[in-house]
Amino acid sequence: MSAEVVNDLTIQVATINGSGSQSSNLTLTRSIFRMGIPVAPKNVFPSNIEGLPTWFDVRVSPYGYQCRTRDIDILVALNPTTWTTDAPGVKPGGVIVHEATYPVVGAAARDDVTYYPVPFTKLAKERIGQDSLRKYLTNMVYVGVLAHLLGIEVEAIESALRDQFRTKPKAVAVNMEAVTLGLDYARENLEKRDRYRLERLSGRTEGRILIEGNQAAALGCVMGGCTVAAWYPITPSSSLCEAFIGYCERFRADPQTGDKRYAIIQAEDELAALGIVFGATWTGARAMTSTAGPGISLMAEFTGLGYYAELPAVIFDVQRVGPSTGLPTRTMQGDVSFAYTLSHGDTRHVLLLPGSAEENYEFAMQAFDLADRLQTPVFVLTDLDLGMNLWMADPLAYPANGFDRGKVLTAGDLERIESWGRYRDVDGDGITYRTLPGTPNPLAGYFTRGSGHDEDAAYSELPEVYQRNLDRLARKHETARRLVPAPVADERGNELAILAYGSTHFAVVEARDQLGEAGIETDYLRVRALPFSSEVAAFIERHERVYVVEQNQQGQLCGLLRQELPGALADRLVSVRHYNGVPIDAAAISGPIEEDVRPDNEARRQAASPAPSGEHPPAALAV
Amino acid sequence: MTAVPATPTPPPAPKVNRLGLARDVYKGAPTTLCAGCGHNSITNHLVKAMYEFGVEPHLLAKMSGIGCSSKTPAYFVDRAYGLNGVHGRMPSLATGAKLANRELMVIGVSGDGDTASIGLGQYAHLLRRNVDCTYIVEDNGCYGLTKGQFSATADLGSTLRKGQVNEFETIDVCGMAIELGATFVARSFSGDGKQLVPLLEAAFAHRGTSVLDIISPCVAFNDHDGSTKSYAYVKEHEFLLHVPDYIAPAEDHVVDYEPGTVQDVELGDGSHILLRKLERDYDATDPVDAMRVIHEGRVRSELVTGLLYVNTEARDLSARETLPERPLSAMGEEELRVSRERWHDFMREFA
Repeated sequence: MSAEVVNDLTIQVATINGSGSQSSNLTLTRSIFRMGIPVAPKNVFPSNIEGLPTWFDVRVSPYGYQCRTRDIDILVALNPTTWTTDAPGVKPGGVIVHEATYPVVGAAARDDVTYYPVPFTKLAKERIGQDSLRKYLTNMVYVGVLAHLLGIEVEAIESALRDQFRTKPKAVAVNMEAVTLGLDYARENLEKRDRYRLERLSGRTEGRILIEGNQAAALGCVMGGCTVAAWYPITPSSSLCEAFIGYCERFRADPQTGDKRYAIIQAEDELAALGIVFGATWTGARAMTSTAGPGISLMAEFTGLGYYAELPAVIFDVQRVGPSTGLPTRTMQGDVSFAYTLSHGDTRHVLLLPGSAEENYEFAMQAFDLADRLQTPVFVLTDLDLGMNLWMADPLAYPANGFDRGKVLTAGDLERIESWGRYRDVDGDGITYRTLPGTPNPLAGYFTRGSGHDEDAAYSELPEVYQRNLDRLARKHETARRLVPAPVADERGNELAILAYGSTHFAVVEARDQLGEAGIETDYLRVRALPFSSEVAAFIERHERVYVVEQNQQGQLCGLLRQELPGALADRLVSVRHYNGVPIDAAAISGPIEEDVRPDNEARRQAASPAPSGEHPPAALAV
Repeated sequence: MTAVPATPTPPPAPKVNRLGLARDVYKGAPTTLCAGCGHNSITNHLVKAMYEFGVEPHLLAKMSGIGCSSKTPAYFVDRAYGLNGVHGRMPSLATGAKLANRELMVIGVSGDGDTASIGLGQYAHLLRRNVDCTYIVEDNGCYGLTKGQFSATADLGSTLRKGQVNEFETIDVCGMAIELGATFVARSFSGDGKQLVPLLEAAFAHRGTSVLDIISPCVAFNDHDGSTKSYAYVKEHEFLLHVPDYIAPAEDHVVDYEPGTVQDVELGDGSHILLRKLERDYDATDPVDAMRVIHEGRVRSELVTGLLYVNTEARDLSARETLPERPLSAMGEEELRVSRERWHDFMREFA
């Protein structure tokens, strides 16, 4: 047996969708977290309710790496249909815990891994009384087996179960019995023959939380003062609205009267969802919708109205794989360029690009402020990986500031000023003043329209009026550039740099360590919003070569940078892309970069100018 | 020349409504629609109805989509708020506005293309949610702004100016409204203010979705022989269900009719609509009877007008959502955020 591996491993649990594997997977994740060891689970699931294969990878890392890794150390094989393809995926020296009846033959028969056959089905049949629960509890048995093999503390499992079934103490006991069944079996029948072990750590997970990105965003909506939400169910964004519903029921319903300080409408489609949002924000309420790419496509029409008539909205796009239906349950950063100029005519929008669960929460709150301040739709682009997986995070901070409602004139304000016009740029920042329907002053009312209008909101087709209005909107976009979250830089005077955004961040963190080990030091800029802050160009200017890493085929953000930057700076960008639907891992970044900077590639690099957006990436950078 | 002091004759006190507002307050910008367009008549009837009803201008939300009809909110109650959105999507905007501020009186003006074609989906879902609003379909059976193509409310067999025949079944926006949950459904005619004004006032008073399908001839493209939405056709084919009369809540509700000659319906705010019976003994609270007269009218080529259906029992969307009296749009941090203490406890659940 080679050297012991402690707390640095990835467990893959292969099950069948709908078999209740989620409970056991979460119990495993939480138990390890409770032992003080950083975890990062990834659910790779099919677009299906029951019967298709699903995988759950739990990455355990003493360094706290949270991105996906390609290396599977321990496979728990509970799906006969993928057994012969799952088993070869385990890295040499790894472990395979499998249902004892699976034949260890052909591709599944290896001499470089340790097998632990366990008669899960037989055990469950003999020892789990309730027929209706057997299917679900069978998965919990594997947790017990792993607990024995890896040394997961029973107290940690109990505590994880208690939290998972907070309101159902009976379920805790039943599940714990199933765990014990696995534990006892393993203790009596499996002799430890592998090198992996988990051991309690301190100082890594204390004070931290595990939260799904969609939950964090929903909490941002609660604390951001969102009162109206309209949505159409779509993976991977449904859980955001469902979480918002849950939190509102808990925190915003009057326990005495039952009155609800929120209205959440399941709309007939995404068009109506955004229409309901605009109807609400027009009256001054804060409103949001949450969707994914197909919904964004439908929202193109209304988004133009919001931009031109200047109506606030917060639109969450939990991105999934497109085009079209694409891979509905897989992840991508594929809507960046589409969302940026969504709708016909000259439109440009504000896009927030949160790069952690904490930022999902903070940017959600900030999006409502920005939408009110800028009187325009604000998009929050997250993705399936960030939204639907659990992430280690700091407890979400209580908001430091009150709401920024932007430029709203009250009846009292109107008494003090002689006149006002809805679209007059009084302050020179492109942002005009509005009144809210219901304002009791004869001057307050105005007509909002998506057709041509002048400074006083009257219909106009005059060329100069139209052009002036459009130029003001461009000025407002420049104001937005100064208000959106600035990029985060880690700069140490290196010539090479990585630029990334969103969930790609987690892979960049590990990739930079890998590159560092190979002697390649990099600086890092994490872009957090569009339009780009001026700091983005300044950062690129200070570096010779900037690798723009993103999870789409066309290098969308890189393309937007090239559009906006002067040519000399644009030439410093190298697009690094990952787009197969599974979350990006560190090797997908460090590999191409290492290849690119190898001295023997210098000549080739000189010859091949960076691929513009839309072209096939150079071979070295194809990932 | 000696100045003769003018005899001080005080000007006559201007006529005002219950809010002390003159009728002019309910006017808007001059219309840009064609002379003789039925929509202009509807606008005038709306001005009258709003003046008489005593609509608070600053609480009025005028919503519309796209088309000739959807331009008209600019032509009444200048002081009010208007939101002219995108084609066929007025219902969602109206729904959001009413949810966010339930104090607003929401009136949506749409057309037959805006409602029955591009907006059919949103129209259907507004109905089933019973959003408290008045939804007017200015129905001329054709697309005016794009020069006269058939709309989906054109009757089967009716023709365009140059003789093209409509081969498709009509979409009856009233029948659909009753089927899908609207709680006040009327059909009227742009030229019949006597019928339309009380229907409008009752619609304003009603709590829930009030649909008024108002046949409104398009003089430019659909007022010829062969059209079933022309002035001449309506004149010849109209069948009046009853004579409506609106009684405001403040007025003494005097019963001055023979028993059995009037159907008296009390609306949500204490006002009444009286429906004086004509030849057909019609019960406007019976949805089955409503569907029957709609169907029979179609078979007999009759335009049945009046209050087809009213249901004062059904809860509107705000009630179903158990919204508080105070508008959501008026709420601030203290009502919407979790308290600091509770938040810290709550965060521990994720640990």
